[in-house]
Amino acid sequence: MIKRLWKRFLAPLDLVLLAGLGLLVLGSLTVLYSASDGNWMLVGKQFVNVLVALAAMWLVANMPLHYLLRSAVPIYVLGLVLLVCVALFGEVSHGARRWLHLGVATIQPSELMKIAIPLMMAWYFEKNEAALSLKNYLVASVLLLVPIALIFRQPDLGTAILIGASGFYVLFLAGLSWRVMIGLAVMAAASAPFVWPRLHDYQRHRILMLFDPAQDALGKGYHTIQGMIAVGSGGFLGKGYMNGSQTHLDFLPERTTDFIFAVYSEEFGFVGALVLLGLYLFVIARGFMITAEASTYFTRLLAGSITLTFFTYAFVNMGMVTGILPVVGVPLPLISYGGTSMLTLALGFGMLMSIHTHKQLVKT
Amino acid sequence: MNRRTELRNHQREIYLFRLRLVMSLGFVLLLMMILLGRLFYLQVVRQSDFRTMAESNRIKPMPIAPNRGQILDRNGVVLARNYSGYTLEIAPSKVANLEATINELAGLVSITPKDRRIFKKLLAEGHDYASLPIRSRLTDDEAARFAAQQYRFPGVEIKARLFREYPFRESASHLIGYIGRINEQDMQNLEEEGLEDNYAGSDYIGKGGVELSYEKELHGTTGFEQVEVDAGGRGVRTLSRTAPVPGDNLVLTLDAKLQEIAEQAFGSYRGALVAIDPNNGEVLAFVSKPGYDPNLFVDGIDSETWDELSNSPDVPLNNRILRGQYPAGSTIKPFMALAGLHYGTRTPEQTIRDPGYYMLAGSSHHYRDWKTGGHGSVNLFRAIQQSCDTYFYGLATEMGINKMHDFLSKFGFGSRSGIDIEGETGGLLPSEQWKEARYHQKWYAGDTVSAGIGQGYVLVTPMQLANAAAILANDGVGYRPHLLRQFQPNGKPALPVPPVQPAFDLHLDPDDVELVKSAMVSVTKPGGTAAWAGAGAPYDIAGKTGTAQVIGIKQNEKYIESQVDERNRDHAWFIAFAPADKPRIALAVLVENGGHGGVTAAPIARKVFDYYLLNKVPQPLRAQAEKNGAEND
Repeated sequence: MIKRLWKRFLAPLDLVLLAGLGLLVLGSLTVLYSASDGNWMLVGKQFVNVLVALAAMWLVANMPLHYLLRSAVPIYVLGLVLLVCVALFGEVSHGARRWLHLGVATIQPSELMKIAIPLMMAWYFEKNEAALSLKNYLVASVLLLVPIALIFRQPDLGTAILIGASGFYVLFLAGLSWRVMIGLAVMAAASAPFVWPRLHDYQRHRILMLFDPAQDALGKGYHTIQGMIAVGSGGFLGKGYMNGSQTHLDFLPERTTDFIFAVYSEEFGFVGALVLLGLYLFVIARGFMITAEASTYFTRLLAGSITLTFFTYAFVNMGMVTGILPVVGVPLPLISYGGTSMLTLALGFGMLMSIHTHKQLVKT
Repeated sequence: MNRRTELRNHQREIYLFRLRLVMSLGFVLLLMMILLGRLFYLQVVRQSDFRTMAESNRIKPMPIAPNRGQILDRNGVVLARNYSGYTLEIAPSKVANLEATINELAGLVSITPKDRRIFKKLLAEGHDYASLPIRSRLTDDEAARFAAQQYRFPGVEIKARLFREYPFRESASHLIGYIGRINEQDMQNLEEEGLEDNYAGSDYIGKGGVELSYEKELHGTTGFEQVEVDAGGRGVRTLSRTAPVPGDNLVLTLDAKLQEIAEQAFGSYRGALVAIDPNNGEVLAFVSKPGYDPNLFVDGIDSETWDELSNSPDVPLNNRILRGQYPAGSTIKPFMALAGLHYGTRTPEQTIRDPGYYMLAGSSHHYRDWKTGGHGSVNLFRAIQQSCDTYFYGLATEMGINKMHDFLSKFGFGSRSGIDIEGETGGLLPSEQWKEARYHQKWYAGDTVSAGIGQGYVLVTPMQLANAAAILANDGVGYRPHLLRQFQPNGKPALPVPPVQPAFDLHLDPDDVELVKSAMVSVTKPGGTAAWAGAGAPYDIAGKTGTAQVIGIKQNEKYIESQVDERNRDHAWFIAFAPADKPRIALAVLVENGGHGGVTAAPIARKVFDYYLLNKVPQPLRAQAEKNGAEND
């Protein structure tokens, strides 16, 4: 009986992917314990977040693919409506309007968009699969740019960039011509002088600090510098678990969230970072395999975008902590403390698993 | 066919997609490599740099200020000491409303308007200390009361500190000096000397007297603690500790008891007295009256008290011994006599007739002798004994100012004595060259006449006169006057007194010296100008009185003391050494507006000699000492 239930539970899950994710999450709980100075409460909360995410992933993994296909438009529309609501009467916190208060809970609709964009754009290309023309790419771009514009105005540069990336991956995988991409890149570069004055001061600062964090060592550059000191001082083998001085003497800001990679690198060193990158690469490789084997245009685009977006999250976060990217406020996927980002990621991996599990059931 | 195209399209599409997927994988791997390269750079290539940065984040050296050395007199009497006490300190950066906080604190501990003024001054001076004292020397009661309420006052703390205390207060204040809070200028000086690290934990520095000149030895060496701190700067644990080395105690040449007797002997007079051991240059007494209480300066003096001190007509802050420049008056005569003998301008036997005035050839101007009607027939001996002005007018004129300058400068006139505290001035020994350079004027014969009796351009400090007396007492062998006898490292016996080498030997003719000395002895004998001061002394005093004019008297006027405003009255001088045959002590006494040296200044010298040579304590002092003794019992 229990054995059958267990089988039923495992049935929709991709065990290879699950193993990779499980190791990352275990790592997360371990590092969080150190990053929070041995705070069991925090580790416990994160464990609950993991359980919730696991449940959500399992549910999504169970969904037949046509559910996913049909849910694309409603989710996208819902996300868009919520974003408009945020813009109109969202809650302001830390100088940004990102949250919507819904009586019992506060939600951040931009998180929903992280799922909605790949779904919607994959759905759109699937619908027009037969004869793709430049017009389709244009429409898809509009589908992408409207929510991005709303998120950018909140302002939430980090999320806007990441969602933009997830949408771009769909366009790229859907075969957007190189000429168009190069043209757009040139245009983007040309438009920089016009975008620059419209950025918020703190965003501009962060971009400037990228080039020279030492210039403002006590102000905006402090995060980056302390992060780099933590990573660098970890050395080849690290200072040992619970022994990072940057971490435990409060020099590192946002240790349990955005800068958790610095904690990890300080205590586990270059070898530890290598292991972590290896684990990420393992999960991404598995995502690519699922993508390659996906049965429909929709699922291919969706799986590809989810995998690449996951990588982008990880890269942007680690790049920011090691000082090669500006500090944009992106958590390290599956490692940073926080339920929302964990849940969003779990939904994505649930879809990947669904695509993997159900590929045989869909006729080609 | 339709289906076929669709199929072909489908194949093409899968091919295209896979191509793009492979590109994506390439993109992922590329970025991963970049990240890996960056990590390698940070964690392997530049590991030691970042280790160092992390360590300097984590480990802060916390200075431990050394205890300042004490200052003792030659017999071990403590002149400056430390005692530990509590201060109440406010960190202005952590307190929102200073005024309100201080008002509230005033409810717990007494805070006087003066305390507030000093605090405001420190605040205005922009001391970037972590905390500034609002009250020092808290009583145990007050400390306990505040400790119980401390939670109400974030940014206010009680600290245990060492305070400097000068138990003798006004006594010898100009010599001891004082310490004060390190200000910006001090900090700058320390940085220039590269000493700022050694003062990292220190709040105070010597500002005058021996506190300043022996600052380095008194201060000691700062210790350090390596403390692990968190990002907020709070200490987590101590990693290592280097103990501070306390400053050396200073043993001075001063005799505190002698100093006290000398000060008391002045009574209500202002003036100065320096006593030197002519055999080695040790300064035995160093009186500049009135003095000031150096304790006032330690915690920063408030502006009202400061104004009071600095605007007082008695100028208590002025170190009269080193900075007071007065006409030498007749005290210059023994040295003039030596010069006369040295150059052969006068022989011991040669006599002059003194009608009570002196006239230069071709001039009708009368240079008056102090004695109306004159001294009659005067030789060198009598000229010193009775302080005959006319004799020295003629001597100076015949010798000429340049010879006079050359000879007197050997005794230290016109230059600093080189005593080991700061602020000394050099007085003025005029010469033709000097007048030309200073006033672009020719030297007149009349200038020489006045200079011959220590008036005119001649200015001396009490230090110079005492030093000159000591050189004469020691037959022309001079020592650099000094206040430091020896150092005594903390907790250890005093270092041996370094052997003192004579600074110079003037190689005076012993007969000349003998004659001048015997004339000086006669000054304190019946018939001399200070006969009263020498009366009944069981030892011989060689002395010379002097009078320094404060205002000029016109040619046809007579100086009548009772008719002159008190502060315009003449200053009284007396230089002396004793016992005359084998001098152990030489001194100079100046009594401001004291009139004649024999009357006011010489008796002070007598009291000093009596104590130093006979251990005799003057009557009123003894009574007081007995009273103190009774109280102590």
